Amino acid sequence: MTPLIRLEGISKTYHLGEVDIRPLQEVTLEIAAGEVVSITGASGSGKTTLMNILGCMDRPSEGSYRLEGREVAHLSPDERARLRNQVFGFVFQSFNLLSRTSALENVELPLMYWRSLPGAERHALALEALRRVGLADRVDHHPNQLSGGQQQRVAIARALVTRPKILLADEPTGNLDSRSEKEIMDLFGQLHAEGITVILVTHNPEIAAVAAHRIRLKDGRVQEDVR
Amino acid sequence: MNAWMILRLALRALVKNKVRTALTMLGILIGIASVIAMVALGQGASRMVEDQINAMGRNIVMVLPGAASSGGFSWGSGSIQTLTPDDAAAIAKEVPTVAATAPVVRVRGVRQVVAGSQNWVPDNAMGTNTDFPQVRDWPLDEGTFFSEQDVRYATKVCVIGATISQNLFQGASPLGQTVRIKNMPFKVVGLLTRKGTNAIGQDQDDTLLVPWTTAKRVLEGSTFNNVSQILLSVDTAGHIPAAMAEVTALLHQRHRIRPGEADDFRLMSMTEMASATAETSKVMSILLLVTACISLLVGGIGIMNIMLVSVVERTREIGVRMAMGARGRDILAQFLAESVALSLAAGVLGMLLGASASWGIQHFLQWPTQLSLGAVAVSLLFSCGIGVFFGMYPAVRASRLDPIEALRHE
Ligand SMILES: Nc1ncnc2c1ncn2[C@@H]1O[C@H](COP(=O)(O)OP(=O)(O)OP(=O)(O)O)[C@@H](O)[C@H]1O
Ligand SMILES: [Mg+2]
Repeated sequence: MTPLIRLEGISKTYHLGEVDIRPLQEVTLEIAAGEVVSITGASGSGKTTLMNILGCMDRPSEGSYRLEGREVAHLSPDERARLRNQVFGFVFQSFNLLSRTSALENVELPLMYWRSLPGAERHALALEALRRVGLADRVDHHPNQLSGGQQQRVAIARALVTRPKILLADEPTGNLDSRSEKEIMDLFGQLHAEGITVILVTHNPEIAAVAAHRIRLKDGRVQEDVR
Repeated sequence: MNAWMILRLALRALVKNKVRTALTMLGILIGIASVIAMVALGQGASRMVEDQINAMGRNIVMVLPGAASSGGFSWGSGSIQTLTPDDAAAIAKEVPTVAATAPVVRVRGVRQVVAGSQNWVPDNAMGTNTDFPQVRDWPLDEGTFFSEQDVRYATKVCVIGATISQNLFQGASPLGQTVRIKNMPFKVVGLLTRKGTNAIGQDQDDTLLVPWTTAKRVLEGSTFNNVSQILLSVDTAGHIPAAMAEVTALLHQRHRIRPGEADDFRLMSMTEMASATAETSKVMSILLLVTACISLLVGGIGIMNIMLVSVVERTREIGVRMAMGARGRDILAQFLAESVALSLAAGVLGMLLGASASWGIQHFLQWPTQLSLGAVAVSLLFSCGIGVFFGMYPAVRASRLDPIEALRHE
């Protein structure tokens, strides 16, 4: 059976003047559909770089990325946009919410790029997603009127609202207290139960331990890959 | 995204930066406003000239003394005075398509017309013959025109226009009253119907008519018979060119001008004047168009500049949208909608400003204006086009951004 995701020899190189920076080197790994995957590693080990490549935000410098057997490098920018919109849900480490825009509208954003979805339905879906992350009472707040943890939860709601096949979460609980952290992890558990593949970056060993598939990066290379 | 959502997004972005939006719109706004106002003025003026020419009679041909000149027309102030009332009579007799002729003598030096304690300086004092009302299609309101008898004996009678009557007699009938011109008593025999103001702003009702003989002999004290112009009315417009040719031949013969010699008169038809006017307004329109294009170009560059700034400022927003699945063309549509909304709003406001400016010009300066639907439509289309044209480059730049790089933008 073809794995959901297969990376082979993935490298990312940045040319900064004379020096080359290689945050990812020869990364090879497989992720099966429906898995919960944790990615850990020291700061600067390339976790975010890897997530960006997995989520079709960024393109690798070398190597092959097959999504359901299809080579992503061959896709057009529009097709990658469609994947980001419909297949992936992405929670950024730095949230990346739109400022001066309400929580509800931030969550509606991915749905805006769905063709022919009536406004009322879009509202309903966004409200439901905000309810799931416990922010039903903050729909009209702008990001600068929300706490860091609340912003993070808006970002999670935005990633969930399209009911993606794959949820990519870059330190989704980094700003949360232990109670909210537990709520979010329960939510991820539910999503997993619904069949969604969850890939999350974390520094918290307890959370990493929950995942059945654990990947550890060191200096841009896979140090450990256990199921 | 559907069109409605794109439009709403664009309007919201514009409302967020009110001052900037207003300042950016100013260029296009002023450009469109001046186009609308200028076109309204131009059309008003040419319609007025048109009306005037129609009022004068389309079938009128003027014969002016002096050589043909290339510098447009002048109202009969040629240096050589060669036309005579006999020429007028001969034309009426010999050229069958000419219905009537009226020689016109402009009387200079009529300083005032006095009636009792009132006095008035007429704009226009002319000597003519009895066919003048027919030629000019200018009937009398009251009384009668002076007679052949009056012309023959240079009687001191006059026919006056409504303005003179109003100023000398304050609404009372002027008929049978005596007015003093150059200190000589003249009897008022007729009152002309009201004609209003002509194309060059002259009050036509400020006119005093006397027999041409009276004008020459009595008022000017001259023994010559030269006149300032001869007006001909041709029976139908279609006969004008033929009539003009016949009149020219006749005058050549009467004035003994051999082939190859310069004419001592020139002919001008009202249709020629109409086309001269049309020519002038065409040149005006082209000048206006050039001016408008320059101001719109400047406005368009302003829009492009602001949109480029806006794309840079909102690089992160573009990154977020792309990360959430916006395609290049979605971003392109968003920014293009913004620049079009900007220029279209400026166009609409400019139109309103231009329309109220032309209303103001008409109302306060009494200049005729005519709003043209064509100019309005073209302005709207144009401002739309400017939005697309000058918004395209910034929008394309926005749509080509790389999502991750855009997200990293500080
Ligand atoms: N655009 C870039 N240009 C140059 N170097 C970059 C760029 N993006 C990332 N890097 C480098 O790549 C390395 C890995 O960065 P990355 O963000 O993937 O780390 P990370 O594992 O997510 O760290 P953290 O736990 O702190 O989030 C870093 O050393 C960083 O400096
Ligand atoms: Mg990171």
